[in-house]
Amino acid sequence: MSSAASIDISRLVKRFGTVTAVDAVDLEIPAGEFFALLGPSGSGKTTILMSIAGFDFPDSGSIHVGGRDVTFLPPQQRDLGMVFQRYTLFPHMSVAENVAFPLKMRGVNRADREKRAREALATVRLGELGDRRPAQLSGGQQQRVALARAIVYRPPVLLMDEPLSALDKNLREEMQLEIKHLQRDLGMTIVFVTHDQTEALTMADRVSVLDGGKLQQIGSPRALYEQPATAFVAGFIGETNFWNCTLAQPVAAGAEVTVTLDGGDEAAAIAACALPAGPARLAVRPERIRLGTAGLAGMVAEAIYAGTSTTLILRTAGPDLRVRFGPVDVLPASQTAFTWAPQDARLYPA
Amino acid sequence: MKRPSRFTLGGRTYSPAASLALTAPFLLILLLAFLLPILVLLRESLFVPVPTLANYARIFEQPAYLRILLRTLRIAAEVTASALLLGYPLAWLMANRRGWRLALLLAAVLLPLWTSVLVRTYAWLVLLQRDGVINQVLSGLRLTNKPIGLLYTEGTVVMAMTHVLLPFMILPLYASLRAIPAEYGRAAQVLGASDAAAFREIILPLSLPGAASGCLMVFLLSLGFFVTPALVGGPQQKMLATLVQQQVTELLNWPFAGAIVGTLLAVVLVLVAIFNRLVRLDRFVGQS
Repeated sequence: MSSAASIDISRLVKRFGTVTAVDAVDLEIPAGEFFALLGPSGSGKTTILMSIAGFDFPDSGSIHVGGRDVTFLPPQQRDLGMVFQRYTLFPHMSVAENVAFPLKMRGVNRADREKRAREALATVRLGELGDRRPAQLSGGQQQRVALARAIVYRPPVLLMDEPLSALDKNLREEMQLEIKHLQRDLGMTIVFVTHDQTEALTMADRVSVLDGGKLQQIGSPRALYEQPATAFVAGFIGETNFWNCTLAQPVAAGAEVTVTLDGGDEAAAIAACALPAGPARLAVRPERIRLGTAGLAGMVAEAIYAGTSTTLILRTAGPDLRVRFGPVDVLPASQTAFTWAPQDARLYPA
Repeated sequence: MKRPSRFTLGGRTYSPAASLALTAPFLLILLLAFLLPILVLLRESLFVPVPTLANYARIFEQPAYLRILLRTLRIAAEVTASALLLGYPLAWLMANRRGWRLALLLAAVLLPLWTSVLVRTYAWLVLLQRDGVINQVLSGLRLTNKPIGLLYTEGTVVMAMTHVLLPFMILPLYASLRAIPAEYGRAAQVLGASDAAAFREIILPLSLPGAASGCLMVFLLSLGFFVTPALVGGPQQKMLATLVQQQVTELLNWPFAGAIVGTLLAVVLVLVAIFNRLVRLDRFVGQS
């Protein structure tokens, strides 16, 4: 077991010219956690990772790893492991030499580093490929070698910059589980950057969602999906129907309230945050909309079959809504009524 | 069924006939202006007036000629080494710059290349001759009381040739350094390599193909270099090209000139063969 280290990021700000890439972000990652930085491109997730790694120095704020201030330390003095998106196996070295490289840089003698490199390659199930050149391996094998190289010196923290984005879907899912098992076995802290929400939810203990350099929400995958804090998170994590509406009076965070939807109908929802009277946005997940005989009026415009589920496009007095069914449901008639439980609809600022 | 080989360029495919038509002018020039004269010279050296190896033996038997041959090889090696030492840092700097800084460096490398070799060589004469700039400054500062001889030494020849040939070293080096993804350096650093170790272990080995082709280019150009050694080196520092010119224009000894050319050609072919072997090895290093 390597001893894992905690990461403490405080008021991190990084500007590139006039663009603020990271805007006063606070993150506390306890030792041994699998932590994902999730966001679209330009959200600042990679800049945060590069600041932890030491390739970018912040304009203000601080970064502590295992209690040590590393904010302005060069990368080679931070003792972190890192797996990049691609292009990082050294092409002029064999696979085994690649894996042994960080040990060589740490002055480990040849016999020891060959032994430990073999062990690390066995950990990622590539034990027999040590003599090959990186160019002779498939993309998935190359990333596994990169992983072996990043863990061979048992760093307390492993940084991963979209390491699976260049792989095809099946291989990606296989590697997601493999990395998760590896983390469980080795116990290190992992910071994982991705723009793929499924990947973040599948792998991470906690996920932080970023947009435009600002932290939107930190929480467990379940909390992010069930209680998105902002409309951005609601739209970015999973699928969501948005419906513009009007509040008759101000409402406190977490309170249940009846709103007037665009199109004139009324419906109940929970306020995600304190809201003033006036326009707001209601968000409801496709699988939380129930069809029946009572409620709002809708017309089934289209049914999209996808094996494990069927999605209906429902024409309403307001926007078209997506409604999700399991595989065994009998499809409703074209004219139908629908409703949702108040706790399944959340209100956000317009 | 066998398809005829086709040549593709810019999304178009050309038939073998079209390919031949496109390359014909160049092939014709190569044949008439390069291959034919060389074959004539080689024939002169071996078969005129009777089949003999005497012309070749003469190069290796006469100390004066052997000295010129060895000096030519030595100067070429010295020029190559100094061009590599001077060119590598600059190529490295260029590979790590963008925008106007890169444009400025590129211009500094390319502008001399677009200036005539003769002009650049005369510039050295202006600097180094007895009443040249350097001697005037030295006597003006009363550091010397009579002009010192700066021309016609091997060092001067190497210096001037290095200056003239430096772009041929820098450009391939720059291209190979530029092609190394920045992630390699970053990966090395995060894995614990100091900046020096990252350079030694990663950047340097990956830039070797560029260094090899730069060295080959400079070495081969140096072997046959004429203007600069003739002007800056004078008769004391005579190189093979000057010897050929002397044999042809002054002594009208075509067979012996042919033997010198043949010897030089053999040296060049051997070196290119060695280089090819090295570059072939390099293919294992290539990225997927």
